[in-house]
Amino acid sequence: MCTCFLVYLATSPLEHAVTANTTTDLQQPPLAVEMRGIVKRFPGVLANDHVNFELRAGEIHALLGENGAGKSTLMNILAGLYKQDAGTIKVKGKTLEFSSPRDAIKAGIGMVHQHFMLVPSQTVTENILLGLDEPRFLMRLQEYDKKIADLGDKYGLKVDPRTKIWQLSVGEQQRVELLKMLYRGADVLVMDEPTAVLAPQEIEGLFETLHSMVAQGKSVIFISHKLNEVASIADRVSVLRRGKVTASGVPAKGVSRQELASMMVGREVALAVDKKPKTPGEIILDVKDVHAENDKGLPCLRGLSLHVRAGEIVGIAGVAGNGQVELSQVIAGLRPCKKGQALLNGKKVSNRDTRYGIEHGMSYVPEDRTHVGSSPNLSVTDNVIMKNYRKPPISKGSMLDMSAATKFAQELKEAYDIIVPTVNTPVRLLSGGNLQRVILAREISGHPNFMVAVQPTRGLDVGAIEGVHRLLLTQREADAAVLLISEELEELIALSDRIYVIYEGRMMGEIKVEGAEPDKTLMDAIGLMMTGTPLEQIHMEGAPTHG
Amino acid sequence: MAEWTASKKRGALRVQLEPRLDVPPAWFPVAVSLGAVFVALILGGIVIAFSGGNPFATYAYIARASFGDIGVLSDTIVKATPIILTALACSIAFRMKLWNIGAEGQFIMGAWGASAVVLAPLLPPETTRWLFIPAMALAGFGMGGVWGLIPGYLKAKFNVNEIISSLMLNYIAVSWVNYWVFGVWSEGGFQMSPKFPTNASLPRLSDYAETIPFFRGLTTHAGLIFGILAAIALWFIVYRSRWGYEIRLIGDNPRAAKYAGINIVRNTILVMALSGALAGLGGVSEVAGVVRRLQTAPLNAGYGFTGIIVAWLAKLHPLAIILVSILFGALILAGREIQPSGIPKMIQGIILVCLIASDFLLRYRLRFTRGEVE
Amino acid sequence: MDFVVILQAGVASGTVLLFATLGEILAERSGVLNLGVEGMMLIGAMTAFSVTIATGNPWIGLLTAMLFAGLISQIHAFITVTLQADQVVSGLSLTLVGAGISLVLGEGLSKAGTVSLMPNFSIPLLVQIPVLGDIFFKEQSVLVYVGYLMIPLAWYYINHTRPGLHLRAVGEYPSAADALGINVYRLRYFYVFIGGIFAGLAGATISLAVSPGWFSELTTGGQGWIAIGLVIFAQWDPFRAALGSYAFGALRRLILDIQAPLTLFGVDNPFYYNPYLSFFLQMLPYAFTVIVLVIGSREAIRKRLGAPAALGEPYIRGERGK
Repeated sequence: MCTCFLVYLATSPLEHAVTANTTTDLQQPPLAVEMRGIVKRFPGVLANDHVNFELRAGEIHALLGENGAGKSTLMNILAGLYKQDAGTIKVKGKTLEFSSPRDAIKAGIGMVHQHFMLVPSQTVTENILLGLDEPRFLMRLQEYDKKIADLGDKYGLKVDPRTKIWQLSVGEQQRVELLKMLYRGADVLVMDEPTAVLAPQEIEGLFETLHSMVAQGKSVIFISHKLNEVASIADRVSVLRRGKVTASGVPAKGVSRQELASMMVGREVALAVDKKPKTPGEIILDVKDVHAENDKGLPCLRGLSLHVRAGEIVGIAGVAGNGQVELSQVIAGLRPCKKGQALLNGKKVSNRDTRYGIEHGMSYVPEDRTHVGSSPNLSVTDNVIMKNYRKPPISKGSMLDMSAATKFAQELKEAYDIIVPTVNTPVRLLSGGNLQRVILAREISGHPNFMVAVQPTRGLDVGAIEGVHRLLLTQREADAAVLLISEELEELIALSDRIYVIYEGRMMGEIKVEGAEPDKTLMDAIGLMMTGTPLEQIHMEGAPTHG
Repeated sequence: MAEWTASKKRGALRVQLEPRLDVPPAWFPVAVSLGAVFVALILGGIVIAFSGGNPFATYAYIARASFGDIGVLSDTIVKATPIILTALACSIAFRMKLWNIGAEGQFIMGAWGASAVVLAPLLPPETTRWLFIPAMALAGFGMGGVWGLIPGYLKAKFNVNEIISSLMLNYIAVSWVNYWVFGVWSEGGFQMSPKFPTNASLPRLSDYAETIPFFRGLTTHAGLIFGILAAIALWFIVYRSRWGYEIRLIGDNPRAAKYAGINIVRNTILVMALSGALAGLGGVSEVAGVVRRLQTAPLNAGYGFTGIIVAWLAKLHPLAIILVSILFGALILAGREIQPSGIPKMIQGIILVCLIASDFLLRYRLRFTRGEVE
Repeated sequence: MDFVVILQAGVASGTVLLFATLGEILAERSGVLNLGVEGMMLIGAMTAFSVTIATGNPWIGLLTAMLFAGLISQIHAFITVTLQADQVVSGLSLTLVGAGISLVLGEGLSKAGTVSLMPNFSIPLLVQIPVLGDIFFKEQSVLVYVGYLMIPLAWYYINHTRPGLHLRAVGEYPSAADALGINVYRLRYFYVFIGGIFAGLAGATISLAVSPGWFSELTTGGQGWIAIGLVIFAQWDPFRAALGSYAFGALRRLILDIQAPLTLFGVDNPFYYNPYLSFFLQMLPYAFTVIVLVIGSREAIRKRLGAPAALGEPYIRGERGK
C-alpha cells in the first residue's frame, strides 16, 4: 500500500530500464494490438518517441507512467483521435490506418476517456447510439433501451437506459462509457485512468467488471499512474517515461513495485516527508454547519463543520465531486452559503465579498489553474499582482505603479524559480509546473495566515510536486493555517496533521495523522468513510486515533 | 488542431496549424493586419469589377478624394473624428468582452442630448461658448452613457445578451430622434431642427482664417480635441489604472477576476455606460461640429459599425484607433460619391472579415509538411 | 381595424422571422452562433428580387436566394470552424459584408418595377374553420404554408432523428461526438449552411411575398437581429420560435393598422391626429425584443438550462471539453 508514489526524496537517478522479454512464445495467443515505432510530436514536446506496445488477446495490460509521460497520447492514437507522425498499428495481425475514431471503433477498439465523453442532456441510450448507422433515421428508442439493458446485464453494468446522463453518478457514467464501447462490439477496451473518479469500493466493482469482460474474450488496456492498482488488476505492465518505453509487457506478478516506480520516474522514490512535529495554535478558520448548492442547484454541502488552527495542515479527503471544491469556494466567498457560516479569525468570510478574505490574509490556490487561478493572455506581472494590486506600493491612488509591479514580479520570478523569458510573457505560454509556481508565489507572497489549496499537485511532474509540498510545509512552519483538499490519499496522509473525510457534502469523520507511514487499517477506514460510512460505524481494531 | 490536405498526389502536402508557443515580434501583428487590409481591397475590387465598376479607378479615386490636398485631408479628419470616439467606445467594451454594437444608437442619443441643451432650450441662445459647449458635451456624454447603461444593466442583472439589446436600442434611438426632428423641433415642417447658434457650435479651423490664412476653408473642428483627449485618457485608464487592470482581467478571464475579488456586475454596468458615453461624445462632436442642427440622416450614417471595425483593426489600442480612424474617414469621405453607394460599406465588411481571418496567424504557426510516402 | 386581418397579415410577416429563427436555431444547436442573419437575409431578399426580375420565375429567384445566402454563410463557417476565430465578431462582419454586397449588387433594383410573386391560395376545408381558417389558411402565400410545415418538421428532426441526435451532440459536447467518429467540423459547416439557406429563404419571403420589392437596408429593418433575439426567447425550441415569430409579425402589422382609424376604442386615435407619435409605435418591435430577451434570459437562469453548452466555442480536437 505504501509504495504508491507518495513523497519523493531526491536520490541519485537510477536509470535501469527493464528489458522485458518481448519474444512471443508459440503457445501465446495472437496479439490483439501491436503498435510499432510510434512517434507523436506536439509543438515543443515529443510525446511518443518510437514507442512499441503489444496487447495480447484476453489480457489486462496496464500502461503505467506519470502525468505527461505520453500514455494518453499513445492511446488516443490507438483510438484514432490523433494521427501518429510515424509508426504502424496492427490489430489482430492486420496493419491499419486510422484517420478518425470511427476507424478505430470499426477495428474493435473502444476507449473510455478520463473525462467522460457523454452528452449530459441526452439519455443513456441516445449516448450509446451516437455516431452509429443504426437506426438510420428515426430514433424510436424503446427497442434500443431494451437491447442496452440486456447488454448491461450480461457484463454486470447496471444502469437505466432512459435516464439522462446528468442525473447519473460518476460511477454510473463510467458504466455507460463501457456499454457504449461494448455495444459497438469493441474487443479491446482502453480505460484512461478509470479509477481517478471512483471511491475505493466502486473501484472493486470496476475491477470485477473488467475481469468478467476478459473472461468473455475481451482485452483491456488500463492506463494508470497508481502502482497499487496496477499490481492488483493487470496481467502485464508496460511503462512509459517521457514518451519512451522503459518496460514493455512485464508480467505484473514478476516485478516489484519499487522497480516499477523507478521505471516510471527514473529514480528511486522514498517514503518520507520532512514534517517536523509542531503544536498547533489558535483556530484560524472555523466552518460551522455550512450548507451550499452546486452549479446545478442541488445541495452539495449539507451541514459541514470543521476548523483549522495556526501552524497545522488539515486535509480534506473525499472522492471527487463530494463537495470539496464547493467548500473551498464558500470559504473564499465565491459561492453563496445557504446556511451556517465560515469564520476567518472570528470574522465572517462566507457570503461576503471575496475581497474581504483577500485583504484579511486568506490565500487560495484553486484547483483549476488555467480557468480560475490565472489569466492566460495577461503577463506574468499582471498575474502576480492579482491579489495585491489594491495595496501600495503597486497601487498609487486609483492608478497602478507599473514599475513597482514589474519589480515585484521580478522578485517572485527569482525567489520561486519561475522559468519564463520575461515577466511580460503571457502566462498561457507557461508549463503547468511553472504556472503553479506563479500562482503559489502570488498566494504565498502576501504572507497569508490562512491558505486553502485545492488539488495543488494535480497534473504536475514529480519535481514540481515535491516543490509544492515543500512550499505547503513552509507555510505550516510559518504558523499559517493550511486547508489542503486533495484526491490523492497518500499526499494527504503525508502532509496533513489531521484529515477530515467528507461524503456527499457531509462530514464522515476526522482522523489524526501521526507519522507519515499510512497503515492498512487507516487507509481502509478512510476508504470506507469516502464511500459514506461515518467513522462511528467503523469498527477499527487498534484504530490509530479518532476525532 | 486542424489539419487539412491540400493535394493527394506525391506525398500530399499537409498544412498543419500549431499553436504558437512564443510571443511573435512586435512588427508581426501590424504586418498581418496590413496584409489583411490589402487582401480585403483585392476582394472588394473583385466585387466592384463584378458589378461593372473599375476597381483601380475606384481606389485611386478614394485616395485622391481623401488625401489629395490639405483641404480634403481636413475633410477626412472631420469624418474620422466621430469614428475615433465610437471606436474608443467599442474598444473599452470589447476589452471586457462586452459586445456593445449599439455605439450607433449611443452616438445618436449623444447628439440628441447635446441638441436638447440648445433646442429645449436648457440654456438661452446667447450663452457664452465656454458654458454652452461643456454643457452640451456633458448632456451628450450623459445620454450616450444612459443608452449604454441599459444593455449593461440588463446584462449584469438578467444575463440579457448585450449584442441584441444594444442593437435594438439603435433602432429605438433613431425613432426617438425622428420624433423630435419631425415633430417637436422641426423647422417649418422640414425634417431637421433649426440651426444652432454659433455659441453652441464647435469652432472650426476656418473660423480663424482671418488670423491664420492657411486655415481658410479647413473644416476640421474642435471635436477632434475631444477624440484625442478621450484616446489619451482611455490609454491611461486601460494600461495604468486599477480600474483598467480590472477591466483587462475580467475581459481575459472573468472567473479569475471573480477569484481576485473583482465585482463583475458593477464593472459590466460601468464599462457599458462609459462605452455609451464615449459614443455619445462622438454624437456631440458631430452635431455641434459638423451638422450644427439636429437631423437624423447625417447622424445615422454607420459610425457605430465603423467604430467596431476600427477598434478591432487597432487591436483595441486607444492610440492606434486615432490612426486607423483617419484611414476609415478617408474611405467614408470618398465613399459619398462612389457608385454604387454600397461600396464603402461592403469594403468595410470585407476588411473586417479578412482581419478576423488573419488573426489565426497570430495564434498559430503554419507548418507545411510532405506526408511520408510509404 | 380588423383584428382578423391584422393576424392574417401578421402570420405572413411572421413567416419571415420564423424562417430566420429556425435557421439560427439549427446553426446554434450545432454550437455556432451566427450573428450574420441580417446580412444573409439582405442577400436573400436582393437575390430573390433581382433573379425573379431577370427570369420572371419567382421559384428560380427563391432557390437562387437560398443558395447565395447559404454560400455567404460559409465565410462565417470557415472563419469560426476552421480558423477558430471569435464567432461574435465574425458574425458581425458577415452582417456588414452581406449588407454591403446586397447594396452593391442591388444598386438600382429599387426602381426596377414589380415582379411576379410567390402564389397565394387558400387551403380547402381548413379555410372554413371559423376565425382560425381566415387567419391561417385564407389566401396566404405558399411560403406561409411551408412555414407551418417547417415548425413540426424542425422539432421532430432535432429531437427524434439520427441527424438531430448528432446535431445536438455536436452543440452540447463536441469532443464526445468526435470520439465516436462524428465529424464535428463538417456538421458545423453544414448547419451554418442550413442556417444561411433559411436566412435566404426569410429574405426571399420579404421581397417575393410579404412586402415585395427592394428597399436597400430597410428591406429587413433589423428583423435578422430580432430573429437572433427570438432564438433566445424560444430556448432553441421550434414551437416557441413559431409563437414568438407570429406574435412579432402581428405586432408589425398592428403598428401599421393602428394609425389608420379615426377613433380607437371610442376615443380620438392619437396616432391619426398626431402622426409623429407613430415613431413611438415604430420602436415597439425593438423594445419588445428587449423585453422578450429579458423573459428568455430569466427563464434560462431559473431553469438552469438554455443555450447549447458549446455555443460560441470553437472546437479544437485534443483540448478537453467541459
